[in-house]
Amino acid sequence: MTVGVVMLVHMALDRAEEVARHWAASGCPVVIHVDRAVPPPTYDAFVNALSDVPDICFSKRYRCEWGTWGIVGATQAASEQMLAGFPKVRHVFLASGSCLPLRPVQELIDYLDARPNVDFIESATTSDVPWAIGGLQAERFTMRFPFSWKRHRRLFDRYVRLQRVLRFKRKVPAGLVPHIGSQWWCLTRQTLSALLQDPDRARYDRYFRRVWIPDESYFQTLARKYSTNIESRSLTLSKFDIQGKPYIFYDDHLQLLRRSDCFVARKIWPQAQKLYTAFLTDEAGALRRQEPNPGKIDRVFVKAVERRRRGRTGLYMQSRFPRAEWQKGMTAAPYSMFQGFAELFENFESWLAKATGARVHGHLFAPNRAQFAAGQTAMNGALSDSAVLRDHNPDAFLANLIWNTRGQRQCFQFGPADNQAVNARICQDRNAQISVITGAWAVPLFRSNADFADLRRQAAELQKIESDHLTVLRGPLSKAKVRIWTMAEFIEAPMEPLQAILDEIGSNAPPRLSEVPRMVDLTGFGLFLQNLKNQGMHPHLMGDFPVERGTAPPQAQKTSKPYLVR
Amino acid sequence: MGILGSYRMRWARKRLRYRAQTKRHQLRVISDRTGQIRPGDILLFSTQRNEKIRLPFFLDYYRDLGVTHFLFVDNDSTDGSAEYLAAQSDTSVWHTRASYKNARYGVDWLNHLQSFYGHGHWCLVVDPDEFFVYPFCDTRPLHALTEWLDCSSIRAFSAMLLDMYPKGRLEDQPYQSGMNPMDIACWFDGGNYTIERNPKYWNLWIQGGPRARVFFAKEPERAPALNKIPLVKWDRRYAYVNSTHMLLPRGLNLVYDQSNGEKASGVLLHAKFLDTFASKAAEEITRKQHYAESYEYRAYAERHGADTQLWCNWSEKYINWRQLEILGLMSKGNWA
Repeated sequence: MTVGVVMLVHMALDRAEEVARHWAASGCPVVIHVDRAVPPPTYDAFVNALSDVPDICFSKRYRCEWGTWGIVGATQAASEQMLAGFPKVRHVFLASGSCLPLRPVQELIDYLDARPNVDFIESATTSDVPWAIGGLQAERFTMRFPFSWKRHRRLFDRYVRLQRVLRFKRKVPAGLVPHIGSQWWCLTRQTLSALLQDPDRARYDRYFRRVWIPDESYFQTLARKYSTNIESRSLTLSKFDIQGKPYIFYDDHLQLLRRSDCFVARKIWPQAQKLYTAFLTDEAGALRRQEPNPGKIDRVFVKAVERRRRGRTGLYMQSRFPRAEWQKGMTAAPYSMFQGFAELFENFESWLAKATGARVHGHLFAPNRAQFAAGQTAMNGALSDSAVLRDHNPDAFLANLIWNTRGQRQCFQFGPADNQAVNARICQDRNAQISVITGAWAVPLFRSNADFADLRRQAAELQKIESDHLTVLRGPLSKAKVRIWTMAEFIEAPMEPLQAILDEIGSNAPPRLSEVPRMVDLTGFGLFLQNLKNQGMHPHLMGDFPVERGTAPPQAQKTSKPYLVR
Repeated sequence: MGILGSYRMRWARKRLRYRAQTKRHQLRVISDRTGQIRPGDILLFSTQRNEKIRLPFFLDYYRDLGVTHFLFVDNDSTDGSAEYLAAQSDTSVWHTRASYKNARYGVDWLNHLQSFYGHGHWCLVVDPDEFFVYPFCDTRPLHALTEWLDCSSIRAFSAMLLDMYPKGRLEDQPYQSGMNPMDIACWFDGGNYTIERNPKYWNLWIQGGPRARVFFAKEPERAPALNKIPLVKWDRRYAYVNSTHMLLPRGLNLVYDQSNGEKASGVLLHAKFLDTFASKAAEEITRKQHYAESYEYRAYAERHGADTQLWCNWSEKYINWRQLEILGLMSKGNWA
């Protein structure tokens, strides 16, 4: 008992010849169908080249266009010829010219000998499988498809739409349940002959002639009718991309294909010399006797589909530039923006870096330059600290920074004196964690030695900017994690908010705060605010600071270190 | 931009093709081996001037990738490069004395040659200092890529220009004919590029890299465009609008995914910044035949001169295409 191979060939005839010889050399008879589109001289040369091999013959030629009946017709004719011409054949294996046996043919024969009654054909009902091109699942059985999808796409689509509107429905022949699956099967003589000799075959053929992609459904449906023992999987390894076309295997897939333990793989790139040499001549990988396991190499192809469909979040590049409205995730990783903290605490940046292990920058959007951590003039990815370059496209600057440093949490300071152009974007970014102590911008003013008239003007300006920013942050479009405290509120109990922020940043932060940043001396701050008020500028973002008590927060009065919350 | 806009673009395209037609008289053939071109061949089109020192490596690089025929326009070279090119067995060379700038930086000449010889072929349009890198280029020839693009119904393939530069002064490491320029200029900027969408032609406009960082730090909006679409399954109705930055019809410029996915893309390694840059700068400033009146060369000469350092602490050293793909400068897209 042996295996017969039906081979459908339409291009790269030299490779098909190699593979056919390989099958025949292992004692498998081969019936080859060559697409009628192949010009006669090429065909004749091909037949001539194989004339020295007795067990290779050629079947009647059909025109095989993708998605049409021709392929099924060709398969039927070649299978009939196989069954009639080679009585010793028990299993018929359907292969294409670009299929390549990955394991010694004898292993396949032994494998099938051990399973004499099993039909290997992937066959699933339409509702159970995700693959479908052009959104056609069950409809491929209930509509007519007289137009070619490849050549007359517009007509094809319009005719489908028309049928949907008219609610046109073809009847599936009685006794058949539509199934679809991979075109590449391996059926027993029993099943195949029953299928081909069915008295109702003419009726089924007539029906399937107008089904779309019948090569994925004709045998898959009819096998269900005749087979006693179906294993619904293909012995041929093939992977499909999101356009529904098979992935092509190249030289660099050699190790991958070896690992798969599959018997046959397709499609192989005709010029993948290494693969053909490795699998057609080298029998060293033999005697593994393992079950085929295409899952082992799945990851590579699943990742490719994922990449094409979803891409890498937060990456903007020449071939990925999501429109704002369709975008999923604006940046590559979570990051934190702090407003007012560096003003209120003397050593906030170094403290935060120590407590979290994150990279803590100064005011990234400061007017003179981007204050990168540790005073660097450039950052990962050669991102320059030049304010002009940054302000040329601040959104891109931020997205680049987060992308370039993925793997390390980024924190930066922000304030009303900085470039506000990024606000709209940051607050729509789910990755942004924004903590604001409102009114803290007044602290540097308070501690500065400037003219009061200047201070008043500056304070008014900064307050206006911060107020606008707060409106955006509290607005309906805001998707960031936003925390806002007034300054008065914050200095009442600074530990809890700090702890909450650290918890959120996570990473290597200790479970409890062991050290807190040093708050600046606020003695006289309340009076300062009152003076501003007296000058007609009402600072309201800080919250209520009593004039007398508006001194340093209670914790910070004596010692520079506030209490710990335990 | 509805029907009217499309109609305008149609006329813009026709105008470009007409321009290319009229400019064909400026080209005088030196050697014509276009009879060797077979269906399915990958063709390379290029304009060059006094690049003899670069040509040996350039030709070998693209021959190795699988380019079968080179079509050059020589813009009045004086270093014997035209003769050198004409002596190769797989090139066709045209000569012109006309203005590079008036031919819109050579685009008109190449549009003409492409419409004549490139129809139905995959055409690569690159300068002699640009080296095409695509996913799997170390294991798969260019034919594998173009066949895959054909199967996927993709007509145009983008490759962003990546400026390469040496560590230290440009003059310190002299380039010699036949050398791989990336042995000297092996550094690049990994992630400081900005992208905008051009609503008129639908292409992306990419700026950044070392030139923006060093030469254009005061006027980043003038920094050169880095987006390029050098590989196209050419049709005689197509036309490059502006260098290889964008094409008409506009659909060809949609080489990027607008939902969230990544399309496949490559990179053009731009080995411009070698010791030859300094002498070029001196010449081009007087010729004023380059983009924005050779702004870049002037910026180089005025601000930095011989002491120009493009390298910085965060420069990346080039390893291979996989590194570029991890950094997000190119993508394998759906090709596995």
